[in-house]
Amino acid sequence: MAGIPHDHYEPKSGFEKWLHKRLPIVGLLYDTLMIPTPKNLNWMWIWGIVLTFCLILQIATGIVLAMHYTPNTGLAFASVEHIMRDVRGGDMIRYMHMNGATLFFIAVYLHIFRGLYYGSYKAPREVTWIIGMLIYLAMMATAFMGYVLPWGQMSFWGATVITGLFGAIPGVGPTIQAWLLGGPAVTNATLNRFFSLHYLLPFVIAALVAVHIWAFHSTGNNNPTGVEVRRTSKADAEKDTVPFWPYFVLKDLFALALIFTIFFAIVSYMPNYFGSPDNYIEANPMKTPASIEPEWYFLPFYAILRAFTQDVWVVQLAHFVTFGLVDAKFFGVLAMFGAIAVMALAPWLDTSSVRSGKYRPMFKWWFALLVIDFVVLMWCGSQFPTAIIGWVSLIAATYWFAYFLIILPLLGVIEKPTKIPATIEDDFNAHYGTGGSAHPAE
Amino acid sequence: MIRKLILTALATVAFTAGSSFAQEVDPVIKDVPFSFDGPFGTYDQHQLQRGLQVYTEVCSACHGMKLVAIRTLGDVGGPHLAADQVKAYAAAFPVNDTASNPQYNDASGKTRALTPNDNFPANNMMGAPDMSVLAKARAAFHGPYKLGINQLIHGIGGPQYIVAILEGYTGKTKDVAGNTVYENDIFPGGWIQMPNTVLSDGQVTFADGAPNDKLSEAKDVAAFLMWAAEPKMMERKHAGFDGVFFLIILTSLLYLTNKRIWAPMKGKKTA
Amino acid sequence: MSQAEDHQGTRRDFLYYATAGAAAVTGGAAIWPLIDQMNPSADVAAQATKEVDVSSISAGTQLTVSWLGKPIFIRHRTDKEIKEGRAVKVADLPDQNAENPNVPAGSLATDQNRTVDADGKWLVMIGICTHLGCVPLGNNAGEFDGWFCPCHGSQYDTAGRIRKGPAPRNMDIPVVKFTDAKTIKLG
Repeated sequence: MAGIPHDHYEPKSGFEKWLHKRLPIVGLLYDTLMIPTPKNLNWMWIWGIVLTFCLILQIATGIVLAMHYTPNTGLAFASVEHIMRDVRGGDMIRYMHMNGATLFFIAVYLHIFRGLYYGSYKAPREVTWIIGMLIYLAMMATAFMGYVLPWGQMSFWGATVITGLFGAIPGVGPTIQAWLLGGPAVTNATLNRFFSLHYLLPFVIAALVAVHIWAFHSTGNNNPTGVEVRRTSKADAEKDTVPFWPYFVLKDLFALALIFTIFFAIVSYMPNYFGSPDNYIEANPMKTPASIEPEWYFLPFYAILRAFTQDVWVVQLAHFVTFGLVDAKFFGVLAMFGAIAVMALAPWLDTSSVRSGKYRPMFKWWFALLVIDFVVLMWCGSQFPTAIIGWVSLIAATYWFAYFLIILPLLGVIEKPTKIPATIEDDFNAHYGTGGSAHPAE
Repeated sequence: MIRKLILTALATVAFTAGSSFAQEVDPVIKDVPFSFDGPFGTYDQHQLQRGLQVYTEVCSACHGMKLVAIRTLGDVGGPHLAADQVKAYAAAFPVNDTASNPQYNDASGKTRALTPNDNFPANNMMGAPDMSVLAKARAAFHGPYKLGINQLIHGIGGPQYIVAILEGYTGKTKDVAGNTVYENDIFPGGWIQMPNTVLSDGQVTFADGAPNDKLSEAKDVAAFLMWAAEPKMMERKHAGFDGVFFLIILTSLLYLTNKRIWAPMKGKKTA
Repeated sequence: MSQAEDHQGTRRDFLYYATAGAAAVTGGAAIWPLIDQMNPSADVAAQATKEVDVSSISAGTQLTVSWLGKPIFIRHRTDKEIKEGRAVKVADLPDQNAENPNVPAGSLATDQNRTVDADGKWLVMIGICTHLGCVPLGNNAGEFDGWFCPCHGSQYDTAGRIRKGPAPRNMDIPVVKFTDAKTIKLG
């Protein structure tokens, strides 16, 4: 690890030396746990731990549920009820898994917006950001396929509609859709492969998470000031940082315990609050529910998908320029994936030399608007698409793209940043006074 | 500071957007209080038994309940019938829709008597929805503006919806492709195939002498269907209470530990 | 965490121990349901007992029912079978244990100790050969008018006791009793 100078693991006993020569695993764990961490991290830096916890929770409960679930269109719905009624503690485990997805996405959105505000995506952390976006995509795929498994009405029609997006790709679309579904429609083959992939993808996510952590452990954490830790000497670095253990472990565990308390109360007392009642109706390929609505965490992108109808001039222009290849349906799909793509490109679209939004007076407002925009899009996605909702969605979707493609590049040029603290130590002391001279003893 | 601004802005947008764009008005469903409401609510065993009677004598003619095992009628926290009652109930329960229940045929292909280990039979003769998880598959409360705030206060409202449907008939009927449909203010679309005569005052006589006007019958069967959909609800609430209580202790301890560990960093004295 | 060491101890240590203890309990409470769920579920547990109507089984016929995944032989024995079974001396048997959980442990393998009722009309057994687990053929098969295992030729008499062949034990009897005149309860 290049990065911040700090003490490394020194094997002491004979056995430690013996093992270290052959497998430096203790050293790896030591360096990971004792990594120097900027001591001014605020409460928005807890989501990483919450996300790690979510991944473990989902994998643990998911493996258990797979022991009782049957991926067959005739049996899936009943097997979920078997879990709910007969399996010991099955209702709790299943509701944990179900609401675990919600907690996972709440945490990931806060984590992403934390990164967007404090400029965590900027050099040298672009790779961390990109890996994070891949994790987010894998999460969405996993959540989507997991939602199909209970084989309720929303499962079935969600699968039909979402795979239909791929069918919108000109030319090869129908072929891709049939390949995804294993047939002309959502059938038993679809359910089986979704189950298999839903089991596989979390382990892919786990691997990506390891790389994500590796990446930011190489560059060091960002922090609310965006000022880098001094690396001139170990003594300097230690003025800016504290070891992850015990300082941030305890802070993160406290936050996690608090969040888990709320989570546990939701699971126990209102487990279906975030779900759709329609998914307790067994899938019926002959009857579409009155309104198909994705899970809440897909709503902003669902709203973007629906925003671009064929009476929008951009869509008409695209249609004209591509000689009809890009129709409204395909444009919507492109916009939806594009909305995530522009976010992934943020490291290169943001031209500002200042990392943290704290010292960017104009950026702050545009960022606040982006957060509101995201919530508005989420709300639009949940509404029946009337003309007014269509307009609001279109404006909100446009702002989403404008933020990344126009505002971020422009702001860096025209904005005058406020005064940035010289060091992390200065920032920390400004909050807590200089009395904290008691650094970890060297 | 910025956080406060965002919150204020959000609230403003949500409310103005909500009031000007509202187009779809849910029929107003009254909140019916049930014994199982709230974090400490429990099922009323006698109400569940009455509801079971309504289901048996009325609903089961058209509605199946194929995911609920008859043996669970004996569960503590549910209707809690005695073992011999469950057995007698199972043996007496008719399989109306034999075509949908081949699993209950004996070797000669005739329907055998049910046992407690069997599930309630399916019933697809009239196309009526299965009632196993019906109380979870319906929602009385969505709003305002699908923000779900009412659900936060009143719950999802499955049983309330069931009561409202049974009470929602206007008395008008019309013919659709040879079938009579009945106007119902609560049912999506306004016309329902279930006749308004299915449940009426005094239709079921309860052994415990409880009131048997239509509304009481509807409430009893709604409570029973909630139990059928969520038989583990009470156990989960208990686990929730214990869990939350313990987690609050853990959280407090972690808070204090974290504070103490950081105290010297932040220039405070350790206690 | 060296700065933690230079202050007075007990209250702080207590806090740390209490926190670690509470965290450990939480971890245990989280893991237990994941282990417990592998125990038999309620529907399986409900199958632990089974009631069988035997009124339609006439003398000299056998009903085979499935219980806990095993075949159960319910035989209504004829007078001849009863007589044959009771004529055998226990001392002549390879396995002199009744292999019957419904009688006191260590009871001898008399005919009376094998049947459900005192008259010896009803014999209920787990229909699995004690040799290697095949299902023996019934209806007075084999040299002893009882059951004959086609796999390796074990021969059982009319009380299901091993008489000849490689099987080491009499056929096992499940926990069984009459709940009324025509109903047998297994388990």
